[in-house]
Amino acid sequence: MAAVLDSAAPVRQRVHWTDRTGHLALAAIALALAAFLAGPLIAILAQSVEDSRGEFAGLDNFFAYFGTPALAQSLWNSVWVALLVTAIVLPAAFLFACAIARSCMPAKAVFRTIALTPLLAPSLLSAISFIYWFGNQGVLKDWMQALGIEQIYGAPGIVLSQIFSVFPHVLMILVTALSLADARLYEAADALGTSRARKFFTITLPGAKYGVASAAMVSFTLVITDFGIPKVIGGNFNVLATDVFQLVIGQQDFQKGAVVAVFLLAPALLSFVVDRFVQKKQTSMLTARAVPYAPKPRRGFDLAMTAYCLAVALLMCAVLGMAIFASFVKFWPYDLSFSLRHYVFGIIDGEVNVAFLNSLKLAFLTATAGTAVVFVGAYLMEKTHGADWLRPGVQLLALLPMAVPGLVLGLGYIFFFNAPQNPLNFLYHSLAILVLCTVVHFYTTGHLTAVTALKALDAEFESVSASLKVPFWKTFWRVTLPICTPALVDISRYFFINAMTTISAVVFLYAPETRLVSITILNLDEAGEIGAAAAMAVLIAATSLAVCILYLGIGWLVERRTQAWRNLK
Amino acid sequence: MKPSFGRFAFLLGTALVAGGALAQGKTQLLVYTALETDQLKAYEQGFYRENPNIEIKWVRDSTGVITAKLLAEKANPQADAVMGVAASSLALLNSQGMLQPYAPINLDAIMTKYRDQKNPPAWFGMDVWGATVCFNTVEAKKRGIPKPETWKDLTKPAYKGQIVMPNPASSGTGFFDVTAWLTLWGEKGGWDYMDKLHANIAQYTHSGSKPCNQAAAGEFTLGISFEYRANTNKAKGAPIDLIFPKEGLGWDLEAFAIHKGSKKLEAAKKLADWASSKDAMILYGANFAITAQPGVAKPLANVPADYEERLVKMDFTKAAASRERVLAEWNKRYNAKSEPRK
Repeated sequence: MAAVLDSAAPVRQRVHWTDRTGHLALAAIALALAAFLAGPLIAILAQSVEDSRGEFAGLDNFFAYFGTPALAQSLWNSVWVALLVTAIVLPAAFLFACAIARSCMPAKAVFRTIALTPLLAPSLLSAISFIYWFGNQGVLKDWMQALGIEQIYGAPGIVLSQIFSVFPHVLMILVTALSLADARLYEAADALGTSRARKFFTITLPGAKYGVASAAMVSFTLVITDFGIPKVIGGNFNVLATDVFQLVIGQQDFQKGAVVAVFLLAPALLSFVVDRFVQKKQTSMLTARAVPYAPKPRRGFDLAMTAYCLAVALLMCAVLGMAIFASFVKFWPYDLSFSLRHYVFGIIDGEVNVAFLNSLKLAFLTATAGTAVVFVGAYLMEKTHGADWLRPGVQLLALLPMAVPGLVLGLGYIFFFNAPQNPLNFLYHSLAILVLCTVVHFYTTGHLTAVTALKALDAEFESVSASLKVPFWKTFWRVTLPICTPALVDISRYFFINAMTTISAVVFLYAPETRLVSITILNLDEAGEIGAAAAMAVLIAATSLAVCILYLGIGWLVERRTQAWRNLK
Repeated sequence: MKPSFGRFAFLLGTALVAGGALAQGKTQLLVYTALETDQLKAYEQGFYRENPNIEIKWVRDSTGVITAKLLAEKANPQADAVMGVAASSLALLNSQGMLQPYAPINLDAIMTKYRDQKNPPAWFGMDVWGATVCFNTVEAKKRGIPKPETWKDLTKPAYKGQIVMPNPASSGTGFFDVTAWLTLWGEKGGWDYMDKLHANIAQYTHSGSKPCNQAAAGEFTLGISFEYRANTNKAKGAPIDLIFPKEGLGWDLEAFAIHKGSKKLEAAKKLADWASSKDAMILYGANFAITAQPGVAKPLANVPADYEERLVKMDFTKAAASRERVLAEWNKRYNAKSEPRK
């Protein structure tokens, strides 16, 4: 059937004006990505071929960096840690996503929300929490040493913290990939007496292939580019991301820092290639005639899934719980009596009244604008035709942000937007630039989630509407958008939570009037006020949690209004 | 769904509103700083008492971030002045021609070694932050570790795996330690010392405060850090002693400079005048044992009387010039093989 559809498309000869509108919109997205991602990136990466006086230096910086003895070590460390984290987090999150999308486990929404907790606070917090659990004064240090790990500082700490912090990013993509499935395939398989394992490998996995591949790339890239965690818990374990930090922040050597940043883009380029490869092979799960898959109760399976999710949820609560504990303790580890002084200190010292409001504004605007841009962009890429010369560029730009360390993006924004000749210069030091930077910073996961949701929908919807002379935006509004609302809710929640906690890029861009509460946390930690840093992180987490509950409510309403088709018998 | 230009119009709108909020009566001075928040409040109030018509807008962050930000903004400077940022960073900015030389009215009162040597100077110091070792007495007792008195003591086997110091490639504090050792014992002696010290180092951190914070929390017994952080941790109730190794201490200055190209030069000069005044020095003295004007600061409880004499001779311009070479050597020796050793 897919073959019939494919051959049906090229028959149309004239480009209809509605298609033109689609091209125009796509061009607008491309232009926006060029201005707010490509421009700043080029502005900073161009420095990799300049010397410290700004003269063209060819590849000198690259050769100088290749000559560094520590490079091979950092490169190898980065790669094996990222691979290990991905190898652990992918199956773990896949199982969790199966439980959410394919079982009749109770309290799914609660599990889903708990699985988001790593996003609720800056990754700094999870590192602090792991130090309190397993550090030299850690509660469970002896357990860890019994396992043969001598100290948490170094690779063990990085791997543990990264698994924790990458989990929700991966989960969001996988849940979307597994939520849309055609029940008829499973029914047919059942009728033929297919075994469970065979169903899994021939129906479930192929259907989720794009999601799984994307999730793997996201996990790998996030681990490679994050410097917050290795900085706090990495000890002497050098990785590429801490090299960037050393060069840019420690030595203000933008040129060599840019060289390392160029290296860090490699995984994104790789995922661009993988993406194009997988894209060709992925067929849509949800054809226009599909019967949506609804999990049926199966006691053993449901029980096993509940037990697994409970275990994961408990681990996540243990991490957040330790941070909450730390925020209420007078002086870790010597005086464990209850105290509110960290909250008082943090609120006063960080002038949280101003910063908190700014963070909320930023998060709200990012969630709104980000979701709209990401989803429209993904839709235009997936479901409209023509303007083929634009598409690879947009796709590449959509995948790049995850490979750009926040501090590189932030500095790129300074170079690009602060340049007096840039017509967008007026944005500098405004809240808008923080919003734009945050949307761009978290673009990739949002984009991949949207694409995963859209890929599950049959192109037949568009073809039918086209043959009925219904412009594509009506199909978008009446069919695509309602089917994808759960993914939309996820994406906007993702943007909101991340905007509340983001530090690395915005630390370069805020003005006195647009201070953010997440930056306060970084400064408090630096000042040794770890308790106060934890307290502020807990405040942010509580706010984000409240917003998540709001989203749960929205999700429930949306589900009732738009997802009724799932329950048609 | 709105067409995409609608969203952009919306974003532009937000930008304009944010920009418009700036219009007010007072002269607004944008000052980049690495000072602590509570210090900022005290200094700001002191300044306002004499200059009620100027309002300071602070951009506050760690020294590394502020310096990187200033350098990145070089093409179109935003800051009017830089206050409480390391003199070594300001020397770097000065070498890029980014500072506006100005002789504040109180310049003569400031010791010559604590300011830029040119006249008018591009920057002047406010106070000194010198190397200090934070020694956790509780953990030391548990492990039966004696209190060290000198740098050389730290190379003894008793301290193996107990010492944390800032990585000189990431932190200015770490770098002045290395500079001090090279100044004290020469190239060969300095590197020999660091080889021995390396055998005892548990971790090189990415910030100068971190080692003392870790010692304060008992994660490690000794943290090579700086005086101010040591004092604040002790004041919070951390069971630490402050050690100022006898051979000599690396140090840097919290310093002030006017940014070249400031459109509010008169107001920036007012701030420079105040920042170099005795009133200001008294405020700095509440946090730091040595201020740039001599004899102002009251003695601090945990700081020895001869602290200032222990400071090694520092040449910020020379240190900046040799920085790349020293860090390359340091990286070669300790970074490539800095896996935790057994």
